[in-house]
Amino acid sequence: MSNAELDAIGLTIALASITTILLLIFGTPLAWWLSRQKAKWPALVEALVAMPLILPPTVLGFYLLLLFAPDTAIGRAWHQLTGTQLAFSFSALVIGSVIYSLPFVVQPLQAAFQRVPEDLLKAAATLGAKPLDQFRSVVMPLTRRSFVTAASLGFAHTVGEFGVVLMIGGNIPGETQVLSIALYDYVESLQFAEAHRLAGGLVIFSLFLLILLYRRDRRDNWRVRA
Amino acid sequence: MNDLELQLDYTGEQHFQLQVNCALPAVGVTAIYGPSGSGKSTLLDCIAGLRRPASGSTVRFRGTGWMTGSTFIPPWQRRVGYVFQDGRLFPHLTVQQNLHYAETRKKPGEGPDINQVVSWLDLAEFLPRSPTVLSAGQRQRVAIGRALLSAPQLLLLDEPLANLDHEASQQCLTYLQRLTRELQLPMLYVSHDIEEVSQLADYLVLLENGRVVDQGSLLDLCGSLDTRLSREEQAAAILLGTIGKDDPEFDLTELQVEGQTLLVAQQQHLPGQQRRLRVPARDVSVCREKPKDSSILNILPVTLREIQTEGEGGARVLLRLALGSQYLLARITRKSAAKLQLQVGDKLFAQIKSAALLMDSADHHE
Repeated sequence: MSNAELDAIGLTIALASITTILLLIFGTPLAWWLSRQKAKWPALVEALVAMPLILPPTVLGFYLLLLFAPDTAIGRAWHQLTGTQLAFSFSALVIGSVIYSLPFVVQPLQAAFQRVPEDLLKAAATLGAKPLDQFRSVVMPLTRRSFVTAASLGFAHTVGEFGVVLMIGGNIPGETQVLSIALYDYVESLQFAEAHRLAGGLVIFSLFLLILLYRRDRRDNWRVRA
Repeated sequence: MNDLELQLDYTGEQHFQLQVNCALPAVGVTAIYGPSGSGKSTLLDCIAGLRRPASGSTVRFRGTGWMTGSTFIPPWQRRVGYVFQDGRLFPHLTVQQNLHYAETRKKPGEGPDINQVVSWLDLAEFLPRSPTVLSAGQRQRVAIGRALLSAPQLLLLDEPLANLDHEASQQCLTYLQRLTRELQLPMLYVSHDIEEVSQLADYLVLLENGRVVDQGSLLDLCGSLDTRLSREEQAAAILLGTIGKDDPEFDLTELQVEGQTLLVAQQQHLPGQQRRLRVPARDVSVCREKPKDSSILNILPVTLREIQTEGEGGARVLLRLALGSQYLLARITRKSAAKLQLQVGDKLFAQIKSAALLMDSADHHE
């Protein structure tokens, strides 16, 4: 394996890991909030969360690119804060990935949270558990499997993204050249042996991850389903 | 201020309104009795803080404001134990962990000890199991134990026996009776089953359409003609008696009530203990002369205190009969009442079918 390929793999794993962690941190409260809403208007928020599922990634990438340009408010603020350009940077990839993979984390969590009976939380409250304690001691154990599902899907989906990365990250080795872009490069330059190595590796990785997930699914069938 | 003060105004779904303004004793067992949809569970939820009544409502327990003016103490700070109809044990925890959940969140040093609770409710064999494999009755026992381990100042029970079969509910009732003896813990017990209420409660609150229509001691309300209880088909007075001698030849036990002797089915209890006796109004008849050769064993001299016709021109009348300082109810036809020319103040004999004598094991009522 060439150094460029190792760089691409390392970058992909770093991007997917950081994205997954950020998604769990921000997606969990969002999913919890959505799961407890009885009014109709949060449907707007739900729709926004689900947008990346149906939008071509290039659309998302296009708008993000415009937003991250050095002459926009965001681009300028980023430059003042860090002294670097936001567009075509690793940070831009992280932001784009978080938005792009948001539904893959929020939706399974929201579905699982909705299945946690409110009654159990009321029981916990009368036993002295404050809301955060209720979440930690009742909701999280009951939905543990969905957290694993959400994290795995978020991770795998980030590994597999292409369009958004291409639009806002470009193809800078060691900075923004992730696996899917490297693979595209090989195909463009007709290096099929190298392309096979990357493509095959991704197929095996994805299959392995999904088998692990479904095996868990069969074992823990008493838990709240997602 | 040793009571539970309630001024509640709560609007629920479909314009249901709970409007309660009363003070309940914060000792012994207070039953909240009423038909389904009368707001019993909503009332408990408001007391526990699980529902928030309109501002201006007051909930004050032994002088401590749980809801007053703009203050609203959240449920996790009220130290109220709540036993729900469906148990609500945590399915991801074992029985032991469920008990532990409550214990770790209470103030240290307060409330009963876990071993004590396990022995009161005979939970030892369930401890390592998942609550999902327990029977409904066993689950309720664990739920009661869990509520006790949170060291509550007040225990709320919302129809805890409603989902149980007869045997399991009798068994659970025995455990609850044991707890009322062992603990100085005030309880609010919601039920729509008057027999359950008769066995457990000291004080009774009648709830109808979100309003308290009557409240008073169980014995007073059950022996009165002025409440909705007397109009129910299963209306019954409750007598307090003391266990007397056994009659082993006929498998009967004597019970002393107001200087009179009743014979009831043989009891396993020791002589001298106090017991309640539930006498359904439909199983009591009256006569002017004491019958000499009746198959009915229990014939008591009583004084007629009140006559009430059921409904407008109903076929039946209810009689309130004084037996010493206690009361019996009798439901007879209006025709019989006319034939006997019954007048308030008449000295009569009440015949109680011995089959109608219900014996419970509630002996906490002094």
